[in-house]
Amino acid sequence: MKKTYQIEVDCAACADKMERAAKKTDGVSDCTVNFMMQRMTVEFDGNADADTVMKNVRKQCRKVESGCEVFI
Amino acid sequence: MNRKQRIMLFRILLSALIMAVLAFIPSEGVLRFVLYLIPYLIAGYDILIKAARGIINGQVLDECFLMAAATVGAVALAIYEQSGDYTEAVAVMLFYQTGELFQSYAVGKSRKNITELMDIRPDYANIEKDGKLEKVDPDSVAVGSIIVIQPGEKVPIDGIITEGSSSLNTSALTGESLPREVKEGDRIISGSVNMTGVLRVRTEKAFGESTVSKILDLVENASSRKSKSEDFISKFARIYTPAVCISALLLALLPPVASIAMGNPAGWEIWIYRALTFLVISCPCALVVSIPLSFFAGIGGASKAGVLIKGSNYLETLSKTKTVVFDKTGTLTEGVFEVSGIHHSTMADDKLIEYAALAESASSHPISKSLQKAYGKSVDRTRVGNIRELGGKGVKATVDGRAIACGNTKLMKDLGVDAAECRSAGTVVHMAVDGKYAGHIVISDIIKSAAGEAVRALRKAGVSRIVMLTGDSEKSAREVADKLGIETFYSGLLPADKVAKVEELLSEEKNGGKLAFVGDGINDAPVLRRADIGIAMGAMGSDAAIEAADVVLMDDDPMKIVKAIRISKKCLAIVYQNIVFAIGVKLLCLLLGALGIANMWLAIFADVGVMIIAVLNAIRALFVRKL
Repeated sequence: MKKTYQIEVDCAACADKMERAAKKTDGVSDCTVNFMMQRMTVEFDGNADADTVMKNVRKQCRKVESGCEVFI
Repeated sequence: MNRKQRIMLFRILLSALIMAVLAFIPSEGVLRFVLYLIPYLIAGYDILIKAARGIINGQVLDECFLMAAATVGAVALAIYEQSGDYTEAVAVMLFYQTGELFQSYAVGKSRKNITELMDIRPDYANIEKDGKLEKVDPDSVAVGSIIVIQPGEKVPIDGIITEGSSSLNTSALTGESLPREVKEGDRIISGSVNMTGVLRVRTEKAFGESTVSKILDLVENASSRKSKSEDFISKFARIYTPAVCISALLLALLPPVASIAMGNPAGWEIWIYRALTFLVISCPCALVVSIPLSFFAGIGGASKAGVLIKGSNYLETLSKTKTVVFDKTGTLTEGVFEVSGIHHSTMADDKLIEYAALAESASSHPISKSLQKAYGKSVDRTRVGNIRELGGKGVKATVDGRAIACGNTKLMKDLGVDAAECRSAGTVVHMAVDGKYAGHIVISDIIKSAAGEAVRALRKAGVSRIVMLTGDSEKSAREVADKLGIETFYSGLLPADKVAKVEELLSEEKNGGKLAFVGDGINDAPVLRRADIGIAMGAMGSDAAIEAADVVLMDDDPMKIVKAIRISKKCLAIVYQNIVFAIGVKLLCLLLGALGIANMWLAIFADVGVMIIAVLNAIRALFVRKL
């Protein structure tokens, strides 16, 4: 399952950090952050619940870049 | 500017103002420290907080931490040396924040501009209800409903005109400024703008399946497919910061220790100061932001010109194109065939055409279309049965109870029929009726007027090899190739042969040169996929082509291929300029900083300056009109 989320992040390096953080989150099989479109496309593992996973993704992203936002 | 940016601007101005005032107020000792702490904190309190948070979360080397360490270090040095020179620390913080503000503003602004440029999304569709027009969300319009498009409005959904005529501006889709005349019965695609008359259109697709949605989807996702340059930069950035920090640490420790060992004074202040200068230059953001921005601008500019590029990676590959392989029909030639002769016919010419048109009635191949056209009457399908298409050979069918076979010489050979050779160039459709040869129909294609110029321009743009593939006979292939100045061509190819041919050509490619295949999007999806870059032409409305190709040309002008390559070259040139320039200046600053020639002021100036120039340079990729 693949879903796209709107995000808010100020710098490109930070977007890259968010991408890596999201990839490491449980339930995420792949993730690309598109800084230019301010979008995050997340591919979830088969049985993962998107909302729960995304809350964790947001938490992980905040850890690496406190100024960021993921609109779930 | 958004709220966040306005607050930041206010903080920067306030802090700068206080600094200016403090310059005229003589103060000393603790009072001076406290006074200067005010502008420092106004400018950078959030950096300090973020730095602290970063340490807690294990992100030690993030840029906030680096800036915090550099400025706090500078302040500590000032206290230690009792020089009272806090200006530098505050200035570094101020400039850093100014740079960040500029970056977020400029990038945000250009992001918006480019997105707006690509904004062909229709906001509503008009539906008539009780004699009144009602604006509805295009998503909610069912397939087969009638929508009304007034002059000045965008066509929201693909459909067929049921009433009215008008001219359409397709420039947002194709980059072509000449309006297209449309009338009742014409198929129109979403994203174009209705200019003159009111149109009633019966929708053929749902909004999500319409051309405009597909294109938007494609362009918006394009920058998610990252290029090698982008990967390089993000890898570089990952290594760069830790490397500079370690060097800074070494710079702070080694020379003083060495100095002590040699019996000289350590000079800790000098070396720590130089190390702090390192930290100021250690943020990789200028570099990291300008590369994707360049690609984004390049893709945006290209889509404005009617060239859709599906990803930054394809833009990069396109710039390295050394071989362009054309599938002749529909790319170099119009793909509009006309019957130009009927030879050796054993029956009335009209009858032969009639049989051919009926037998080919189920095929969507351009040849069959031209046969239908020459026939001129509507096809009565009840007369035709048993249609079997033989890929790359022709068609067999029963018409009025007679066994009709029409196709090329291969088909005739299979049937054991002797085919008369034809001396005129063009596609020859041999006919056999009831197992006996009945003559042949010559169909020729028209070369596109811009094809010759496109071939010459491609050579000029650095394409060293131009190859033409075709399923047609050698004779007609040679004629086209000679006229256009293409020296290599392969004729008589079946669809599967084309894939094999492209594979062969791919293996001949040297020095990282790339091969682009240009097709008209009909029946060539496998080849489009196999080539390094698949370019589909005239793909407006053809979903299969949009799916399979990496680069989609919205109209069928062969000059667009040249344009696409030029756009990619310009964009990549900008990317390389930015990489070399940004890394170059940083390394130079590091060197000058280590030697003590560059101080912190210069370092932060260089850092912010590089970023501003790189971002402005990146935006240049957007301007592709004159290419």
